[in-house]
Amino acid sequence: MSSLTQLQTGDSLKEIQLSPVSRIALIKYAGASGDFNPIHTIDEEATKASLPGIIAHGMWTMGNLAKLFTEYYEEGFVKDYSIRFKGMVFLNDVITLKASLKDKEDNQLRFDVQAVNQQGKDVIKGEVVYQLY
Amino acid sequence: MFKDQIGKRSNKVKNAVERGAVKKFAEAIGDLHPIYFDEDAGRLSRYQKNIAPPTFPRVFEYGVIEGLHLPNIGLIHGEQSFHYERPLFVGEEIYCYSQVKNYFEKKGNFGEMGFLVMENCGEDSEGNVIFTSSSTVVISEAVRKVLAK
Repeated sequence: MSSLTQLQTGDSLKEIQLSPVSRIALIKYAGASGDFNPIHTIDEEATKASLPGIIAHGMWTMGNLAKLFTEYYEEGFVKDYSIRFKGMVFLNDVITLKASLKDKEDNQLRFDVQAVNQQGKDVIKGEVVYQLY
Repeated sequence: MFKDQIGKRSNKVKNAVERGAVKKFAEAIGDLHPIYFDEDAGRLSRYQKNIAPPTFPRVFEYGVIEGLHLPNIGLIHGEQSFHYERPLFVGEEIYCYSQVKNYFEKKGNFGEMGFLVMENCGEDSEGNVIFTSSSTVVISEAVRKVLAK
């Protein structure tokens, strides 16, 4: 484990590639989060909503993306985390999580963060401000 | 159609940051790090307890805003943000409420889109704000027509 304090502007955290999105993963997220909107788990409901298939909860992707920072918990915490949902995530999509340091001010590290699908398209994109102790 | 709801807020609801719920949530986002569930890892950390992942407040209840009726279908989650004063601790109680922050309409590719901004807030038992979160929900013209009926 490296330290966030050593990062220079432009440096990236180690990317994480998720395993292909599965129905069971979305069922688990529905149960754990309490978001039982059926377009995330049931094919017919997704079709009824004019979607080509079930889509991941946006918050599932946002939740996943934050794990890039988890291992640094002794150094600080995620103070601000804001994202825009840019594209839908479908079954079997392969999502890659990325963060790179945009700037450093006093004890605050500002990262660009994004989750990208197998076509290289952003599905969510935003910013994390990490507060160092 | 949601303009008259701006400023309305719910009553505070007490939520526990439950150990089991945090573990299940961490597992569901593929982030089963010991700091979230292992009691020893928590005890040995700077917090001397376990913490919850930053998006965990998705689990909390925020009470009911009188008169605000949102359909559970046809809404698009556009933006989401969280702001923390410190991480959430496993085992603590958080008092949560929600308010309608803003509503506006904008011409888009699919007609006049409605943007509803909701702000959620979590406080400790002394009333100190621990986190706020904001969600922008996009409501299409088609869905608003159904709602208006």
